Amino acid sequence: MSAGPHYTPYHPRWYRRHVSVWWWLQNRSYTRFVLRELTSVFVAFFAVVYLWQLRALAQGPEAYGQFLARLKTPFFLALDAVAFLFVLFHAITWFNLTPKAMVVRLRGKRVPDWVVVGSNYAAWLVVSGAVAFILLRG
Amino acid sequence: MTSTVALTVARYRPEKESEPTWETYEIPFRKDWVVLDALNHVKDRLDGSLSFRWSCRMGVCGSCGMKVNGTPKLTCATFLSDYLPGPIRVEPLDYFPVVRDLVVDITDFVRKLKQVKPWIIRKEEKALDEGEYLQTPDQLDAYKQFSMCINCMLCYSACPIYGLEPGFIGPAAIALAQRYNMDSRDQGAAERLEILSEPDGIWQCTFVGECTKVCPKHVDPAGAIQQYKLSAATHWVKSLLLPWGTR
Repeated sequence: MSAGPHYTPYHPRWYRRHVSVWWWLQNRSYTRFVLRELTSVFVAFFAVVYLWQLRALAQGPEAYGQFLARLKTPFFLALDAVAFLFVLFHAITWFNLTPKAMVVRLRGKRVPDWVVVGSNYAAWLVVSGAVAFILLRG
Repeated sequence: MTSTVALTVARYRPEKESEPTWETYEIPFRKDWVVLDALNHVKDRLDGSLSFRWSCRMGVCGSCGMKVNGTPKLTCATFLSDYLPGPIRVEPLDYFPVVRDLVVDITDFVRKLKQVKPWIIRKEEKALDEGEYLQTPDQLDAYKQFSMCINCMLCYSACPIYGLEPGFIGPAAIALAQRYNMDSRDQGAAERLEILSEPDGIWQCTFVGECTKVCPKHVDPAGAIQQYKLSAATHWVKSLLLPWGTR
């Protein structure tokens, strides 16, 4: 509107603020939230690499060797390192949020948050330990 | 010791401005003053035209929510001394249309609140002479936290999803729906789920978690929404596996 605000007591002229595209830079927790959402891309990246690995495995030893060689290039090593950090961020932030969604009651009392979070981390450790055991055994 | 502090207040006078502007007032600093006291000082002594909403001054009515230095706060519970040396910036709550100065229009919230049916729904009311609906302390405990909501709308102002998707039913309304769902006397969970499982309901929430951080009553709306999602998902799986069991 070019011609100044029109206002009558019965038709208040509201002011509506528009949300900036950069809203997620306004405060640190918004930025953390967007980073956490972004981690899903890296989780998907690992899944794609895994599928790629399966395909190479199905194509025979030569293709698999090529696949392994490609993963050892500096580009993939760097990408893997970044993706790993994001996946770690993904796991930790989501583990820490579990007690919000899961209210566990034992004998009518709410189990404290740290127990819910702690059992998630414990399960993570056990599974990681089992995977490490299988991989390092031979 | 500081004797005065600068209070920078957002002004919007629709009869002469098309956009909000800032005005700074020097106010006396007192240790026991909250931001609302400072605003009342401005209104009484410096500029009577400043408009803002307030009532109880003790964190119960939920009227005086504003943004103080960028964070949604109840101004009656926000001490000046926590913001020294100033200036202290006071703005209306985000995402609601501003009517004047610090006053926002809350019609949208009130409409959404009503939508989730925040009252006890019974399939059949008991006759009066059958007595009250009894409840144990444990049953009260299950929903008490969510019942502390005072409708101050700070959580809406903290929720970027509400800003980006104005149709979103929003944190407080969902927490209050959950308050009644968890109430042992209530039988309206299915009715509420119909409304809240709509696209503008719980699934809009991406769990930013800011609503819980700004809540002055520790209601934890983010928790309420995630718990609701969990029970809605469980309900859905059950209805898929046992279509006759959920009715």
